[in-house]
Amino acid sequence: MSGAARRVGEVVLSVQEVSLSFGGVRALQGVSFDVREHEVRAIIGPNGAGKSSMLNVINGVYHPQQGKIRFREREFQDMDSRQAASLGIARTFQNIALFKGMSVLDNIMTGRNLKMRCGFLQQALWLGPAKREELQHRRAVEEIIDFLEIQHIRRTPVGRLPYGLQKRVELGRALAAEPALLLLDEPMAGMNLEEKQDMCRFILDVNDHYGTTLVLIEHDMGVVMDISDRVVVLDYGRKIADGVPEEIKRDQKVIDAYLGVAREAVN
Amino acid sequence: MAIDIGTLDTFPKLLMHHARERGGKPAIREKDLGIWQTWTWSRFAEEVRSLACGLAAQGLKRGEHIALVGDNRPRIYAAMCAAQCLGAIPVPLYQDAVAAEMAYPIQNAQIAYAVVEDQEQVDKLLEILPQCPTLKHIYYDDPRGLRHYAQPEVASYESLIQAKVDAAALDGEIAKGHGSDTAAMFFTSGTTGTAKGVVLTHMALIDRAKAAAEMEGLGDDDVALAYLPPAWIGQNIFSYAQPFVTGYCICCPESSETVMMDMREVGPTYYFAPPRVLEALLTQVSIRMEDAAAPKRWLYRRFMHFANRVGGALLDGRPVSVADRLLYSVGDILVYGPLRNVLGMSRVRVAYTAGEAIGPDLFKFYRSLGINLKQLYGSTETSVFVCIQPDGEVKADTVGPAVAGVELRFTPERELLIRSPGLFKEYYKNPQATAEAKDAEGWFHTGDAGYFDADGHVKIIDRVRDVGKLADGTLFAPKYLENKLKFFPYIREAVCFGHERDRVCAFINFDIDAVANWAEKRNMPYAGYTDLASRDEVYDLVRECIERVNADLAQDSELANSQIHRFLILHKELDADDGELTRTRKVRRRHIAERYEPLVRALYDGSGTVHVEAQVKYEDGRSGTFSSDLKIRDAKTFAAAAAKRAA
Repeated sequence: MSGAARRVGEVVLSVQEVSLSFGGVRALQGVSFDVREHEVRAIIGPNGAGKSSMLNVINGVYHPQQGKIRFREREFQDMDSRQAASLGIARTFQNIALFKGMSVLDNIMTGRNLKMRCGFLQQALWLGPAKREELQHRRAVEEIIDFLEIQHIRRTPVGRLPYGLQKRVELGRALAAEPALLLLDEPMAGMNLEEKQDMCRFILDVNDHYGTTLVLIEHDMGVVMDISDRVVVLDYGRKIADGVPEEIKRDQKVIDAYLGVAREAVN
Repeated sequence: MAIDIGTLDTFPKLLMHHARERGGKPAIREKDLGIWQTWTWSRFAEEVRSLACGLAAQGLKRGEHIALVGDNRPRIYAAMCAAQCLGAIPVPLYQDAVAAEMAYPIQNAQIAYAVVEDQEQVDKLLEILPQCPTLKHIYYDDPRGLRHYAQPEVASYESLIQAKVDAAALDGEIAKGHGSDTAAMFFTSGTTGTAKGVVLTHMALIDRAKAAAEMEGLGDDDVALAYLPPAWIGQNIFSYAQPFVTGYCICCPESSETVMMDMREVGPTYYFAPPRVLEALLTQVSIRMEDAAAPKRWLYRRFMHFANRVGGALLDGRPVSVADRLLYSVGDILVYGPLRNVLGMSRVRVAYTAGEAIGPDLFKFYRSLGINLKQLYGSTETSVFVCIQPDGEVKADTVGPAVAGVELRFTPERELLIRSPGLFKEYYKNPQATAEAKDAEGWFHTGDAGYFDADGHVKIIDRVRDVGKLADGTLFAPKYLENKLKFFPYIREAVCFGHERDRVCAFINFDIDAVANWAEKRNMPYAGYTDLASRDEVYDLVRECIERVNADLAQDSELANSQIHRFLILHKELDADDGELTRTRKVRRRHIAERYEPLVRALYDGSGTVHVEAQVKYEDGRSGTFSSDLKIRDAKTFAAAAAKRAA
């Protein structure tokens, strides 16, 4: 695995003036921000602010009506999700999207899908190259299992695991794709304090150990302020603030958005 | 069989011997990245040699101490042997100890070197660095999370390995070692006062490891699982000293959570588990059986009942009828075999338990499945093996006769004294404690009270300081009686009185979960503990337990007079918050006797009830008074078996 030291570098992803609407609902209105290499970037905001929509735009689930996305050297009007994955963008979901009946090992193995070169026939017949490839991918998966400390549930069907562990498995599957950019949609939602602490540690470890750039959505302010380098704040589909955690904490617009000042007063 | 030791009087010499004799055989296996990775004896020796050279290059010298902190990992054991090659003394420390607990041994032995498993241990040592100025080198095995550590003390294990091996110089160092040199130092947990460093020589450890291995016929095809802390002498004997003597292979599980699965995969032939581990395993089995389908439950109950009668006898080689043998082999196919497989004990030839009293039912469960579980007795000071139950002479309440080479004696106060080639050299830098524990003639005073039973087995009953005498001068061992009572699932706590009295009486706390369950099955409505405690039905239930203990005690020549004559069920559960129990749930006998003085008096003055009025502290901090009449009941006692035998 790469041993890239964690040093925030150049901009790798920039979102420019992105607008997205569903019929009359304007989920995002001209949002722009950027993400630098190796950084932990948080997107926060009240419910319905457009955070998940933003992630869905970045990895090509939604297609914005306006705006551009620049990832590395390439510019896109919109992405499709397979293309996003092959460019090295992986994600986890707010409401866990694993294969419940499959084991932890198999679930993480699916994260290697795009890296498999052998065809269906070769794999089905378990030919030499397919076997070699499988072993190589299995090793990568085992390293992730070791990294996330889930050896004891390797063979357990995911559906039988507690929520906190399922979240960890989902992170594992995303890591299996060896992403350059990892999008985490509320990685700590619904967790107890201990699980949150574990997850925080894993997120920071991923960032440190693999040098992965992270974009995460999170509601727990303590967590966000502790682990992120920079924070974007969305409210009603607009960006209302962008900066390091210290600035965001003091920003009056952010405070108002969270404490719920009457709309007239803000406008 | 154990090898002929001859001139191989230190562990490094033994390792080099194995590398020559059985270089291709597995020495250590470790599950890593989901696969069992094997170190053969020659690979192990190579690792040790290059590590020893690395440590020598860093300045580790003969007689210096080196701390080892980590779980069971091949490299931790390699570091142990590498240090011994140079004549340095490894000091394994508990990997789950907090940083502050590690400071004392490091200061005490002025340790400069440490080989540790991972970041967690590095962090702990760095934390105590200010209190431990001697500590200069910390080598870690697993580099995860340690890339950014800039402290000059911290370096990787890998960096030691890269040193060039100067074979001649190293062989010279190994040859300089003698059996009488210190092999390792183990810090005892120290329930009383500060921890003491127990100094053990190569010869002591090798002698004991060999004696037990020969007794059990261990050889290089055996396999053991290393899953308990290596800082504990027991694990160290099973995963270092004994494999070095016999050449068997040890397996290190992937993590503490995977032990059960890993054990199933490796199928150890030689196994050790303290009673609490065996109990946890049985609980798991019971829970899974509760969830099984009705026919399976029926089969399990039916066959376990049968095994309880026959299994132990078969294992001991006692006569069993042909019909029973046939039925047992059917049970073996349907129940016992699959169950042993689930437990990972299909291949176990020899299994030991020790450390505390084991419940007879628990003990019998494993034996009736055909698992050769036996008890042993020993401590850090004795290099473990003092007593072992030989095959065919296994009992639930003794620890067996002395192992070859050990002399045993009881003082008039019934303290067990031991003289053995495996005894410790001294407590490190503590001549006073050494003199107290080991007398001029070389007897080690264990502090354990006991006696020889009719078959010459040692029976440990209590700590010497807790043992008393009944008025007629016979032995009174309260903890032994209380343990016997507590083996019943219905009884949670018991406090026995009898010191300098004419007979034994007891306070009982029943187990609220077990008794509540029992009451529900009988459609008995109840309000809570206090309510149940006043019911005649519950008294009868407890009385039956006590009478079974009495019947058992009557068989014992020494303890027949300790039968429990009268008892009462306490109106409240004994609680650490009220100072009645210690935080580790040990009964504080004297405090209870004072606090419930009227109740104790009533037990002995023959009254049928006793009135209690007690201050009750509620959990919210309020207090109230409680008053009630407690019943006192007699339990049936039995004529002593010894008298019968004489008649």
